Amino acid sequence: MVKSFLEKAYVAIIFIFLYMPIVVLMALSFNASKSKATWGGFTFDWYQKMFSDGLIMDALTNTLTIAFISALVAAVIGTAAAIGIQAMRKRQYNLTMGATNIPLLNADIVTGISLMLLFVKFTELGYHTILLSHITFNIPYVILSVMPKLYGLNKSTYEAALDLGATPFFAFRKTIWPEISPGVFTGFLMALTMSLDDFAITYFNKGVGVDTISTMIYAELRRGIKPEIYALSTLLFVTVLALLLIVNYRSAKNTKS
Amino acid sequence: MNKPHLATPYVVWIIGFTVLPLLFVLYYGLTDASGNFTLANIAAIADPIHLKALWLSLLLAFIATTVCLIIAYPLAMIMRKLNLSKGSFIVMLLILPMWMNHLLKTLAWQLLLSNNGIFNTIFVALGMEPVQMLNTSGAIVLGMIYDFLPFMILPIFNALTRIDKDVIDAARDLGANSLTVFRRIILPLSMPGIISGITMVFVPSMTSFVISDILGGGKILLIGNVIEQEFNKTFNWHLGSGISIILMIFVIASMSLMSRRGDKEGGAALW
Repeated sequence: MVKSFLEKAYVAIIFIFLYMPIVVLMALSFNASKSKATWGGFTFDWYQKMFSDGLIMDALTNTLTIAFISALVAAVIGTAAAIGIQAMRKRQYNLTMGATNIPLLNADIVTGISLMLLFVKFTELGYHTILLSHITFNIPYVILSVMPKLYGLNKSTYEAALDLGATPFFAFRKTIWPEISPGVFTGFLMALTMSLDDFAITYFNKGVGVDTISTMIYAELRRGIKPEIYALSTLLFVTVLALLLIVNYRSAKNTKS
Repeated sequence: MNKPHLATPYVVWIIGFTVLPLLFVLYYGLTDASGNFTLANIAAIADPIHLKALWLSLLLAFIATTVCLIIAYPLAMIMRKLNLSKGSFIVMLLILPMWMNHLLKTLAWQLLLSNNGIFNTIFVALGMEPVQMLNTSGAIVLGMIYDFLPFMILPIFNALTRIDKDVIDAARDLGANSLTVFRRIILPLSMPGIISGITMVFVPSMTSFVISDILGGGKILLIGNVIEQEFNKTFNWHLGSGISIILMIFVIASMSLMSRRGDKEGGAALW
């Protein structure tokens, strides 16, 4: 009895630790007082102000469009790459998979500065360099979630479809795609989340005047945080919660079938 | 489906945007401002300030990793006992904070810890003296633990759920007590999860520069802060690249130390 109570208390303490900062941000987003530590009544003002704040809206638009475009491009390149890599000879295979692991394992700060050193040689830093850097670190996540699906694939169905006169595209769409699409979708969502969360790589590859949510918060920290940021964080938290529920629901469905 | 050429766009991409940039780091790190070969940027790590930053990074990352392990292992054991499946609601609640923008999470800790922040307001209301918590090494370690704890919990939990119950039952039937079962069966079989967790906490802690910047108030330098300042404040890209090479060597060293026994599924199992 005592043991089971202690166990539950332990889990509860960890949950309090994990959620305390998030709850604080959420509470402050409804706090009418600008103070960080006192409650001045309930308000929706910061949400209204947030939506009319040009800087925040620009950063939000940049963050969302970069996340969406980079995840989409990464999904296309990554899926094609996974199919290609799987057909490679051992030596090529090991070499490519080794290189795929570099952005996953390397320190974010090193990935960030290495890309910056390349970009400044050929172009101005700006929206497009953030996008290119995000695609770069997103592709490996797509490859790693598509590869396992390809191993479980029955290749004969594709060959059979070709023998029966299907075009390669039609055969792909009818035999391969249904099998690997859950992996592609999971990879896409992972890429999306990685891109939304990134700070270090964006920080080094953004131009002057172009900000994502992360780099904007970093700049705000030096000037003092506006309460609108708390409203934004609450909104982001709810969005991530929704994304995670979708992924969770899908992967639960996949493991069952 | 024998189409290796489908990987061609990707291979071009990694050569252009992964391999080539790293060669740029090597080039900058091994040359001086006029383009002559030099090892001075690498040797600059011996500068007392840089050496102190490197040592502090390793130390704080070590403390954060150890505390994460001490917190996470009992939690994972409890989760296993409760028979939670990977997709269960409690496991999802544990993952959720991990996907919250980490700048916002660190910002929240700044609000909690600052001199007129929430903790100190509570302390004063209780009649205690306010405590300087922000801008200390402790605050940085706390931020690291908070940010990376789920990366320790999940691989250990995954490793523990894979342990066959029959093995434990067999050991008990043969007379092993709880301690022996833990020492001889549970601990060795969960080792891959522990190692993967250690890597996933230690490397990002060691290389972080945001946590130390926000919670250390810019006064406590980690090796990541040194690199960031060389690039964005003093604009000595050669020196910054040289120190980045050192950092990469440390990352590779800690990875290879761990990966020999690591859990290959650790990363993928997060989803």
